[in-house]
Amino acid sequence: MIKRIFAALVATLLAGPALAAGGDVALTKRDWSFNGPFGTFDKAAMQRGFQVYREVCAGCHSMQYIAFRNFADLGYNEAEIKAIAAEYDVEDGPNDEGEMFTRPGIPADRMPSPYPNDNAARAGNGGALPPDLSLIAKARANGPDYLYSLLIGYKEAPASMNVPDGMYYNDAYPGNLIAMPQPLYGDDVTYADGADTSIEGSAADLTQFLMWAAEPKMEARKRIGVAVVFFLSIFVVLSVMAKRRVWADLH
Amino acid sequence: MSAEKFQNPVVRWIDHRLPVFSMLDHEKYDYPVPKNLNYMWNFGVLAGLSLAIMIITGIVLAMSYTAHVDYAFDAVERIMRDVNHGWMIRYIHMNAASFFFIVVYIHIFRGLYYGSYKAPRELLWILGVVIFLLMMATAFMGYVLPWGQMSFWGATVITNLFSAIPVVGDSIVTLLWGGFSVDNPTLNRFFSLHYLMPFVIAGVVVLHIIALHRFGSNNPIGIDASGPQDTISFHPYYTMKDMVGIAVFLLLLAVAVFFFPNAMGHPDNYIPANPLQTPAHIVPEWYFLPFYAILRAVPDKLGGVLLMFGAIAVLFILPWLDRSPVRSARFRPLFRIFFWLLLIDAVVLGYLGGKPAEGIYVVLSRIATAWYFLHFLVILPLLSVFETTKPLPKSISEPVLKYPSSRKGPMGAGLEPAE
Repeated sequence: MIKRIFAALVATLLAGPALAAGGDVALTKRDWSFNGPFGTFDKAAMQRGFQVYREVCAGCHSMQYIAFRNFADLGYNEAEIKAIAAEYDVEDGPNDEGEMFTRPGIPADRMPSPYPNDNAARAGNGGALPPDLSLIAKARANGPDYLYSLLIGYKEAPASMNVPDGMYYNDAYPGNLIAMPQPLYGDDVTYADGADTSIEGSAADLTQFLMWAAEPKMEARKRIGVAVVFFLSIFVVLSVMAKRRVWADLH
Repeated sequence: MSAEKFQNPVVRWIDHRLPVFSMLDHEKYDYPVPKNLNYMWNFGVLAGLSLAIMIITGIVLAMSYTAHVDYAFDAVERIMRDVNHGWMIRYIHMNAASFFFIVVYIHIFRGLYYGSYKAPRELLWILGVVIFLLMMATAFMGYVLPWGQMSFWGATVITNLFSAIPVVGDSIVTLLWGGFSVDNPTLNRFFSLHYLMPFVIAGVVVLHIIALHRFGSNNPIGIDASGPQDTISFHPYYTMKDMVGIAVFLLLLAVAVFFFPNAMGHPDNYIPANPLQTPAHIVPEWYFLPFYAILRAVPDKLGGVLLMFGAIAVLFILPWLDRSPVRSARFRPLFRIFFWLLLIDAVVLGYLGGKPAEGIYVVLSRIATAWYFLHFLVILPLLSVFETTKPLPKSISEPVLKYPSSRKGPMGAGLEPAE
């Protein structure tokens, strides 16, 4: 009976949110390096993904929760992080004269936003607000597969569908009409390591980078998790043995 | 009671003046527990453990949290990214909340199956329902604190329910909000109350345990212990049996925390709250879905609210709805069938609560809601009169001794025939 009750409850709790959140679109699933209990991020792919973000997405999309110092997770050393940060202009101040001023970024800075505020972002994008990408991989159901499918999902609209001005047809987007123009076409960037720059390749790299941005502690989480689960499994076995031994004298 | 039973002189000195050790000793050794409790009786201890986990992780989280609409979401992200092991504490708090409800739901259905609400344990049961209500209030307010989209819109939908109350409804809503919409004052008071409520729960838990220890645990057979041969001491027998449950509980919790931390949450709550943009489907946390389905099954707002609270109100009067003198479903063949139907009904309601309120889902919600109330208000009272129950065993020991699974004789290994 325990099993029946538990199975029923587990079914409810898994079905509830999943069903509530599920869209009506079919996503392209990929075998991500970060899937599964032992999954890790692919550092080279994340570095390439960061490059795609910087050269393609960053014109419109902010990543306000990411600081340059966080790029140590991508495999950059301290000097490289300082160099990356210095390529950005960061507003600071007020100084002793009471003026705001611009200076090169340092590792402790967060990544600057492309727009000063949401209204400016809307004004620059036909009324649509480009969402911040720091958490996007967790803020959508099946985040990584959804982002990847969206990035490669721009298609010719079916003849029956009327696509208004400033909207684009996308296979993966709920409702199929998205305000974001197609960002990747293939060969949008030149990778230093000569990796695949096709639309699939760069979309996968970008997804890898965005998944890290949303869940930067995932590797530590899974590493600790394996140890905790191993420890508790032994605890379960020992407690069952202890219980049987204590109860043996009752029978 | 003599203080001499303690060897340690310091313990003896303290116990003579402040008899805490005698009290603990009393609970551990002198408190008789029926010898036939199965693993379903683990869930009370597990609920207490869940409460402790929630309070400890919650206090630590509050150290880094900021209850302000402009900073709450950022504060949670800071906990997730910059606070040492903050992600672990938050994921434990998030998932242990869900596990708390799983455990309490099993605990409640165990009580329903074995008739643990019947005389003389009515107040014990009612205190349990009070704890359940307080838990729901606490969980609801806790879900608002990250100030994501579901936090905000969930808070808006649920607090708006109170506006259905005639005459004073709108004033109550204004009082809850601290203004004219869900805003900073709402977040502040929810944080304050979210911090307070767990300690109120802990207080009611103490009463729950006092009431429990008055007559002791019910048991799977549902008859009272007739003497010392029917009971064993809590320690070491049930401490060890509870430890098995605790170990399995912690293992499952760890799997959720470390490998599926967001499976029981909603992705929309990783989007900062935006009062100008309503999410496509506003759904509460999974543990509220059955009640949400009941709420939406009624076309009238006040009716929906009344039925939703009525779904819990019937639990308060359950001891007087089910008048059958037989407690355990083991000896009530018809009741047992209806018990499983009720469980299925609750799961179906949970499923429907997560679906949009349209088409067939509304019809099914109405049928499932009707069945829920039919079960408590009609079926149980009728069963108490018309059901033919199976004969009860004379004592707890009788069926225990009759179990053929033990290879040893009833009196233990010593009386086995020599081989």
